[in-house]
Amino acid sequence: MQQIRNFSIIAHIDHGKSTLADRLIQHAGMVNERQFRDQILDNMEIERERGITIKSQTVVLPYTSRSGEEFELNLIDTPGHADFSYEVSRALASCEGVLLLVDASQGVQAQTIANLYAAMEHDLTIIAVINKIDLPSADIDRVKEQIEHDLGLDSDQAILCSAKEGIGIEDVLEAVADRIPAPSGDAGKPLAALIFDAYYDVFRGTVVSCRVFDGTVKPGDTIRLMSNGATHKVEEVGVFHLNRAPQGELSAGSVGYLIAGIKTVSDIKIGDTITLDSNPVSSALPGFKNIKPVVFSSVYPISSDDYPSLSDSLEKYKLNDAALAYQKDSSAALGQGFRCGFLGLLHLEIVQERLEREFDQSIIMTVPSVQYRFTLLDETTVTVENPQYYPDPALIKTSFEPFIKAMIILPERYMGAVMKLCLERRGSSPKISYPTPARVEITFDMPLAEVVFDFYDRLKTVTQGYGSFDYELIDYRESDLVKLDILVNSERVDALSLIVHRDRAREWGVQVCERLKEEIPRHNFKIAIQGAIGGKIISRSTISPFRKDVTAKCYGGDITRKRKLLEKQKKGKKRMKMVGSVMIPQSAFVSVLKGRDE
Amino acid sequence: MKSEVKIRQEMSEKKLKTNNSKLETAPVPGLYVHVPFCRSKCLYCDFYSVASSAAIPAWLNAVQREMLLYREKFHEFDSLYIGGGTPTLLDERQLATMMEQLFRNFTFCPESEMTMEANPDGLSRQKFKTARELGVNRISLGVQSLDDGELKYLGRSHSSEQALKALEMLRSLGFANISVDLMYGFERQSLQGWKKTIDRVLEFRPEHLSCYQMTFEPDTPLGKMKAAGKVRPIGEKLETAFFIWTSRCLEKQGYHQYEISNFARGREFMCRHNRKYWGHIPYLGLGPSAHSFQAGSRWWNVKSVKRYCQLLEEGKAPVEASEVLSEEQLDLESLGLGLRTSDGVSLYASGGRLGSGHSLDEARKSGLVKVIDGRILPTRKGFLVADSLPVMLSEQ
Repeated sequence: MQQIRNFSIIAHIDHGKSTLADRLIQHAGMVNERQFRDQILDNMEIERERGITIKSQTVVLPYTSRSGEEFELNLIDTPGHADFSYEVSRALASCEGVLLLVDASQGVQAQTIANLYAAMEHDLTIIAVINKIDLPSADIDRVKEQIEHDLGLDSDQAILCSAKEGIGIEDVLEAVADRIPAPSGDAGKPLAALIFDAYYDVFRGTVVSCRVFDGTVKPGDTIRLMSNGATHKVEEVGVFHLNRAPQGELSAGSVGYLIAGIKTVSDIKIGDTITLDSNPVSSALPGFKNIKPVVFSSVYPISSDDYPSLSDSLEKYKLNDAALAYQKDSSAALGQGFRCGFLGLLHLEIVQERLEREFDQSIIMTVPSVQYRFTLLDETTVTVENPQYYPDPALIKTSFEPFIKAMIILPERYMGAVMKLCLERRGSSPKISYPTPARVEITFDMPLAEVVFDFYDRLKTVTQGYGSFDYELIDYRESDLVKLDILVNSERVDALSLIVHRDRAREWGVQVCERLKEEIPRHNFKIAIQGAIGGKIISRSTISPFRKDVTAKCYGGDITRKRKLLEKQKKGKKRMKMVGSVMIPQSAFVSVLKGRDE
Repeated sequence: MKSEVKIRQEMSEKKLKTNNSKLETAPVPGLYVHVPFCRSKCLYCDFYSVASSAAIPAWLNAVQREMLLYREKFHEFDSLYIGGGTPTLLDERQLATMMEQLFRNFTFCPESEMTMEANPDGLSRQKFKTARELGVNRISLGVQSLDDGELKYLGRSHSSEQALKALEMLRSLGFANISVDLMYGFERQSLQGWKKTIDRVLEFRPEHLSCYQMTFEPDTPLGKMKAAGKVRPIGEKLETAFFIWTSRCLEKQGYHQYEISNFARGREFMCRHNRKYWGHIPYLGLGPSAHSFQAGSRWWNVKSVKRYCQLLEEGKAPVEASEVLSEEQLDLESLGLGLRTSDGVSLYASGGRLGSGHSLDEARKSGLVKVIDGRILPTRKGFLVADSLPVMLSEQ
């Protein structure tokens, strides 16, 4: 156990986390040059494209220190977005230390600070690493000063490296071995292991990633999940090289995986404690939360014939994503589909993209919504996360919507802009504190509905990328809610309806009408788009008809060119949904709620 | 419930019947020869040609070699179209050589349609006389406009007077099937000016008119000027006005608009050759950049006189690329081409998916198509959106 080090890399986006991880793996001699692909850990296609990590992965790096000691360095990769902050916290809870990566030219940024706080919360040893020192714009002295002042860390101990050029990699590994403490724990005590990740393997079922704090687990043991008491028989334990490497046992201090005939990822919960059924630990490890979806949207196949195939795809998808919740749903405009719950808007977009790319589904996702509650005149309470089921307004006694506590960290100079943004989004009870000089932490109570859509994007815009944001649900509060209907050529499109606060209804109505005008292509007839509350029209826009194509000549036998144009059109049409006689592009449903960057 | 196979069978029978009743006999292929030479390049043109006559002898040699490659594959034609470029840049001897070689290598049915494109500049009575003696029975004259300012805008190398003289001469030589190419819908032209051109041309009672709407093709000088903001399209409203006026005016004058841009003074004057392109009837194209179609596959020649000659000298086919069309592609093409013609498409086309569709109802309600005798026929309003109609009507 003395030779084990458990650590994560944390960084502001684009400061080079994945590149450093790749280098560490390469340096440890786990892959040769030919096998080396950029961003080995980010192996999902979308992750590569977006440059973010969605599912965390773990790898053991064998390392022989300068003094000749041999170490097992467990690198625990973490996802990098607020939607997955709970997953990040569980990964950090499995570590004794972190590498806090700072870009040598950009310096300390908002997420650097937010990450620092997260690491401090878990009492981790923090090693500052200044990355990208090869850049011409690198300003190491300035960054060291920031590390000293803004982060309160000893800048003399900061390691200089360039993951891209392979400079300083050895120093990083040496620091991990030297400065991060070995895990503590007692292999003789009852088993207590923290689940921080899980993925689905077609042959083996769920592969659970865990950190063993006390005790030992080996194949043949019967484990118990503390949150629900479910028991499973362990088939295999092991550690992660780039692939799984089975071991005889996992004991206190180590990080590895466990296979125990668990059918789906949904059968386990991130943050849960694993113990032995025969000798259970008295109390679960701290920090467990039941994660619940906060954003809801329905998914429909573009062609109704594809419903069975979509159903099948969701089932398969769900095997690997416990955070996704779904159930059957139907809409007058869109037919049969599924109502899904997501951790946030990014999570929603990831699910959408993966269903399209990996499962080849042509789908439409409807306007996202949060979960509202209504008390009716007969004192019954209904929960509504689909505007379609908004109760008859005449029967509603009181409406409630979910509120969050929003925590925003930003440089002082952006305070005015951020205050304005939060107040526009119905923020209240602001509290301001100054954790370090020139930096401000603001907390606001805000309706969740106001932040799930584009709040984070807006915040980044008004703070030029320096604002970081995190939130927790606090409670449901009474609110004046109305249902905003969207009519396309006088026909109500149920999939576009929204539940909004009365004071914001007109603003939303105008925005949705304008966005639809941009999204819906011109037809050969006029299209009127209207926003309505009850029977009252509150906003409108019009799409003028097209009457004339430029009918290029079709002559000389080059029909191929002509056909290619038609094929392109046809492909475009496949991504549209007929609603009445109007074709609405797939992208329209989600994009209506995204504001534009002014 | 009928099995799917049975339905498909019935449909293909219906398809055959409609085809048969229309054409009566199996379709005979058409032959195209591309003469890629011009005195100068017109500013709107994106057909392949070079502004020089120097390579004509080499090209002529190469075309003869190319004929040998296809004499076994194509036996008989009932249409010949000598296009370009400017075929009238060939001198009488060159024209005669080419025609003799065509007759030597291929068979032409009696009463074949034999068209030659001609430009009003550098016209010679003797050349047309020779052409007529060699079998050319249809002339397609590139007039474009009878306004000298408009001709200049288009980069044409002739005057309106030369065009009128050419028309007179063709008539006096006894050509009984003359087609006139005209162009409309560009900045320099008013509706009034367009009307004047049409009126003047109609005095000659041409058997056929091709009225093309100006398009700005990316690789042409006008296309580049448009991209640079130096010229502008006249806009949707005016384009519509020009099209509708042209269509109505020519209909009143007894012309049948059998394709978006093509008008015939009676069915017998519809261009037999061009209709093959629109009806998936086989055609062979000789010369650089020419396209061919046979048995569901299409191939096209290299777009370079030099490379064309070189390949043929090496005994190779001068083909740049080819494709085999899938059933789906053939269906889409049929739809795209058919809906540009007054014959429209059969309700049973595309495997019968059109007839039952909601989209067809919508298009009918919007007045874009009519359904008569099992065929979907585009209306004048439908012609205006002919590029969108096919996909509008495809159900998936």
